[in-house]
Amino acid sequence: MSWEVKKMISLFGIALIILSVFTIIPAIIAVVMKDLLACVIALAIMSLLLSLYFYLLHAPDVAIAEAGVGACITTALFIIAIRATQRYEVEK
Amino acid sequence: MNDETNDGRMSIIVRTIATMMLPFILIFSFYVIMHGHLTPGGGFQGGAIAASAIVMMIAAYGHKMMEKRISEDGLSMVESVGAAIFAVVAFIGVIMAASFMYNFLVGTPLFGETPPFGSNPGILNSGGVLPILNIAVGMKVIGGLAAVVLIMALAGDKEGDKK
Repeated sequence: MSWEVKKMISLFGIALIILSVFTIIPAIIAVVMKDLLACVIALAIMSLLLSLYFYLLHAPDVAIAEAGVGACITTALFIIAIRATQRYEVEK
Repeated sequence: MNDETNDGRMSIIVRTIATMMLPFILIFSFYVIMHGHLTPGGGFQGGAIAASAIVMMIAAYGHKMMEKRISEDGLSMVESVGAAIFAVVAFIGVIMAASFMYNFLVGTPLFGETPPFGSNPGILNSGGVLPILNIAVGMKVIGGLAAVVLIMALAGDKEGDKK
């Protein structure tokens, strides 16, 4: 294996690890926070980074579908649902 | 976000930018649908992009004004026409040839060219019934996803009126 191929593989692995971390952080934010609107925005960011992850894993079909459905239409549906109910999560 | 005063519209900056971006998003979605048999993407992906354009217009202009432009019945009709085109094209294969979804358009001027042997970028006018099925799936996805968001916005509005 030549030096260039090794460097590419290591750079690809490092990019995947960094992208994994940046994908998990908005997911944790969406679970933890009480403001549901912020949770929806965090989910949209997670979906966008997940589509970038799919693209790096050589699945551009899934990436396009994830970016279209996950980042746009799901966000709009959640925001409409929040507007019809209430914005903050209540403790019982 | 008070619906009583401004009818759910956003500011004029958002509305202008949404109106400017709409044709580009629609052209990109039609490109993804029409190149479904050559490049990544296809009916569902292009339809999702076009539905996201409609969702952007609903967010910018408010669902009441968009409900006058594109009614639920219109979106439902687009969805049903897509499903009907898919079924008809699939059953023409049974009638004209041996099997369900037979590729009966090979050799005809409509999507019937054969790409050359070897590695090539592909010919757009090829694929037989596949581009037609992609268009049908795209129509179905545009109608379905846009109708879901529009109907949910209208239902939330009615819930607000009840309070």
